[in-house]
Amino acid sequence: MQEMTIAQRTRISVHRWLPQAGIIVLILFAIFFPRQVDKQNTWNLFFLICLHISLGQSWNILAGFAGQTSLGHAAFFGIGALAARILWFSGMPFALAFITGGLAAVAFAMLIGAPTFRLRGAYFAIGTLGVAEVLRITVSQNIPLISTMSGTLIATYDLPARYYLALGLAITTTGAAYVLLRSPWSLGILAVREDEGAAQATGVHVLRHKLLALSLSSFFAGLAGGVFAFQQISYYPSAPFSPLWTFDALLITFIGGLGTLAGPVIGAIFFIFVREQLALNLVAIHQVIFGILFILIVLIFPGGLVEAWERLRKIPYRKEK
Amino acid sequence: MSIESFAQTLVFGLFVGGIYGIAAMGLALVFGVLKMLNIAHGELLMLGGYATFWAFSTFGMDPFVSLGIGIPVLFLIGLLLDRAVYHRIVRLVGEEKIKNSLLVSFGLTLVIQNLAIWLFTADERTVQVSYAGVGWNLLGVTLPYTRLVSLLIAIIVTLALNYLLHHTYPGKAILATAEDFEAAELAGINIHRVYMMTFALGASLASIAGTLVTVIYGISPSIGIIWTLKALIVIVLAGTGSILGAFPAGILLGVVEAVSGAFIGSTYREVVGLVIFLLVLILRPQGLFGRN
Repeated sequence: MQEMTIAQRTRISVHRWLPQAGIIVLILFAIFFPRQVDKQNTWNLFFLICLHISLGQSWNILAGFAGQTSLGHAAFFGIGALAARILWFSGMPFALAFITGGLAAVAFAMLIGAPTFRLRGAYFAIGTLGVAEVLRITVSQNIPLISTMSGTLIATYDLPARYYLALGLAITTTGAAYVLLRSPWSLGILAVREDEGAAQATGVHVLRHKLLALSLSSFFAGLAGGVFAFQQISYYPSAPFSPLWTFDALLITFIGGLGTLAGPVIGAIFFIFVREQLALNLVAIHQVIFGILFILIVLIFPGGLVEAWERLRKIPYRKEK
Repeated sequence: MSIESFAQTLVFGLFVGGIYGIAAMGLALVFGVLKMLNIAHGELLMLGGYATFWAFSTFGMDPFVSLGIGIPVLFLIGLLLDRAVYHRIVRLVGEEKIKNSLLVSFGLTLVIQNLAIWLFTADERTVQVSYAGVGWNLLGVTLPYTRLVSLLIAIIVTLALNYLLHHTYPGKAILATAEDFEAAELAGINIHRVYMMTFALGASLASIAGTLVTVIYGISPSIGIIWTLKALIVIVLAGTGSILGAFPAGILLGVVEAVSGAFIGSTYREVVGLVIFLLVLILRPQGLFGRN
């Protein structure tokens, strides 16, 4: 075996430590930067980024790792928001209402997942899309009035607290995705994504792995809904069920990189910055632009920004040879 | 509930079901032949509805006559969409193909819906024909002319599609491609032309459904996704791969929705369709009219 030069060793150790150091710097930045600036806009911008990281990452757990394309992510988000808001307003401590919202989303996901997962993936996509729309219509018909915080809640409204909850959830969701990838379950889940038939043949319990990914995904999507319910002063109870939430989750994950840990984080940051710019200048058609961008990414560049970065990083190594 | 009002409910379910059938048939055709799920089908339906609305409000054209405009326009849009987007997906295989078609058409849904809001505004529009609200009274049951004509058109379209698929050369080429695209290609069928024509035909069927929807309910840019879902439920009922089975399955969904709406209240009518969807998937995954 060849001795490594010091330069090579440092390069390897730098490569090992760089991501970890980067993550710590990023988290510290996310904790302290908004507090330093302390402006309403900054708090809001960082809140939106964190909310969308959780939203995208939770979709990524299901679609990116387990390969199950859900088109009804808004259903989980909406149920989490609805349950958390109603329980919180009826006197339950928020923390408890928040967790209950996540669990309610899981319960609903199981109801849809168990029958549709027995069939091919397309049925699951249709089933989830259907659930989200039916819930949106039913909620808008049965609870048509706007839901507004009471005067005492508005008087004690604390935006930084909302932001830190969203930040905590974004870190927890990404952490959970990381732990899932490091767990003994990960091989099974990735095998289901790559080839369901082959996974089944080698003894992987396909349905169990799909349901595990679904329960994690819907739990975190439901919690993200709870954060939304906690932050918004007033909104129509059917708003969190809008298919736009599903679309945002898809777009964020695809911009960043489907099936990668960093993808939804990078995607959410990119998406929120661009959306805030577009929404200011091109109000009418900014959704059209995002739609076209999404189609182009899926068709031409399915790896997203993470893959683009990997390719860029390999260029200098190629030249050395 | 009296016999008359029950009969009225059934008849209205039948009329609505005819539209469900036509809305689902185009989607079933594309799904059966191209093996892609086009979530944007409802948006094509919505565009067809706007063709009817503009023909009516600009030229005063009768909505049923405006099918002569809507069908070719949507056929053209179908051709363009296939060239621009879908023919890139049709090359993929199996699960990858369905997944990509779902994702891309979901994005397309957003694009078309927001373009429609931008061009036509989000207002809900209706077409008020002179014979709206007039009907034929049969034993105490009202049969409005608009709905009667709509059902008639739905039946004619189903029969025409049946003739096209089973008794003409291009139709047989479509069915052969659906059955086994490799064998069809070996037999000398230009499958990419078949795919393109099938997609455009599906868009034309969506346009017909859009016209019927506009006459009976009115139209706004947001109706697309609701009709996509109805069509998907009908397809699962009929059984995937059953194209003409969409018609009886649509009638069934319409009647079941109408009857359950009358008994448990119309706010939960949408839930009924979803429950049927899940029950069919659990108990009879090949659909009610499908073979397995």
